[in-house]
Amino acid sequence: MAPIFRWGFMGLILTLIYIPILVLVVNSFNASKYGIKWGGFTFKWYEKFWNNDGLMTAALNSLTVSIVAASVATIIGTLAAVALHRYQFKGKALLSSMVFVSMLTPEIVMAISLLIVFMALGIKLGFVSLVIGHITFCLPFVIVAVYSRLKGFDMKMLEAARDLGASESRIFWKIILPLALPAVSAGWLLSFTLSLDDVIVSAFVTGPGYEILPLKVYSMVRVGVSPEVNAISTILLVVSLVLVVISQLLLREDK
Amino acid sequence: MKTNVGQFRFWAIGLASVWLTLFVFFPNLLVIFTSFLTRDPQATVSLPINADSYIRTLDFLYLKVLWDSLRMSLLAMIVCLFIGYPFAMAIVSLPKRWQPVILFLVILPFWTNSLVRTYAIQFILGNQGIINKSLIGLGLIDKPLQLLYTQFAVILGLCYILLPFMVLPLYSALEKLDVRLHHAARDLGAGPLSRFWHITVPLTSPGIVAGCLMVLLPAMGMFYISDLLGGAKNLLLGNVIKTQFLHTRDWPFGSAFSVILIVLLGFMLWLYFRASRFVSKQGGLNGSDF
Repeated sequence: MAPIFRWGFMGLILTLIYIPILVLVVNSFNASKYGIKWGGFTFKWYEKFWNNDGLMTAALNSLTVSIVAASVATIIGTLAAVALHRYQFKGKALLSSMVFVSMLTPEIVMAISLLIVFMALGIKLGFVSLVIGHITFCLPFVIVAVYSRLKGFDMKMLEAARDLGASESRIFWKIILPLALPAVSAGWLLSFTLSLDDVIVSAFVTGPGYEILPLKVYSMVRVGVSPEVNAISTILLVVSLVLVVISQLLLREDK
Repeated sequence: MKTNVGQFRFWAIGLASVWLTLFVFFPNLLVIFTSFLTRDPQATVSLPINADSYIRTLDFLYLKVLWDSLRMSLLAMIVCLFIGYPFAMAIVSLPKRWQPVILFLVILPFWTNSLVRTYAIQFILGNQGIINKSLIGLGLIDKPLQLLYTQFAVILGLCYILLPFMVLPLYSALEKLDVRLHHAARDLGAGPLSRFWHITVPLTSPGIVAGCLMVLLPAMGMFYISDLLGGAKNLLLGNVIKTQFLHTRDWPFGSAFSVILIVLLGFMLWLYFRASRFVSKQGGLNGSDF
């Protein structure tokens, strides 16, 4: 391919990818209600969102779920990555294949399988079921992020520490965790974004009493035009974009 | 100290193992089990075990939905492949320091809210959307084109959301490709097309299968894309499953549809491992072997 053609093609696809996002962001500041014409710059849709109690409650619920889910997924995932990297144990192949399969399972299948298991275990649908569901789909992302960072380690240092009598948990706290911290933080940020943006799993495992923002947005856009949605969408997009850029910078740092 | 070693190890291995067994492995078995149960208005599901749900999926109405969903998802997969492959090739041909930048720009939207981006597409395609407004403004058409609530819109939405999943595995497959194979083939007189078809495509086949898997399977489940862009007529399998679980409350029937997805996943994984084995046999020319 000639370079001009190559750059042109990539430029075209990237433009097509980003145009819808841009249109949405610009329209969130558009005073004209239906967004057909530019009616002047305004913050009023953001104000409407801010003053809407139902939406604010949903936003707070979403934040709570995402923070709890991302934190638990990061703890379990980091430990699992260390285990997969450092130890030989029975069922190791099974554990890594479960990680692999849970990453590839279509979200809708994961959603109904979780719904069925919550019913079988008698877990009430609401905050707890949402958090468990979100941890489950975030977990493989944390494991993969931390594991690939650990793979680049110099293992001799850990051997030396062990020979000098350091316990496994001491090695973890003093050596592995500080070195893996960028990947651990990136894992948390990515989990937080995944959780904040999830629709499919949440639609199945949430209860009537616990509303979260993406599902609120979903029911609002199904009904028709409401410009607050543009404002909420812009906030969600910007939060994700910023967090992901930070996480990628963290993951890149050492290279 | 011995116990200390054991304790950390125990928790590191144990937590994730228990979690994934309880919330991934066990639930998937339960889905398969549920698909063989009978619907029960009181207890949601009950015995006896039977294959009625599967027999009902063969009903003409559901076969048609299944076929429509599969066709839209397959078309989205093919479009993604035909855009993603040249795109990944273009990235690989860039200087090394540019590659991660472009790759990052493609992957970035994956991390943002896909519902919101679907809504943006709805906004653009609508009767009052940018496309129709500009075409009317330019005098090319008199009344708006029906772009929204069509199969075209659903396929476009699926491609838009899922393209990164195609580019990523293709990129990593193409990046591993040994350029010396191309040089050797050229020296032996093979043209560019022949080199592409006989070297590049076979040796990146695991990437192709992985990309197709990661587009096709989620595509069948994304109920909100068909909901927002396809209207009530153009359903995906995800819509059927959602209705069965959340509205009709026929869990065995909904589970049977999910098992179809699980089987498809299994088949594509099998294909992927075959392709990888083929490449490691045929293409084992890179790196240390020389």
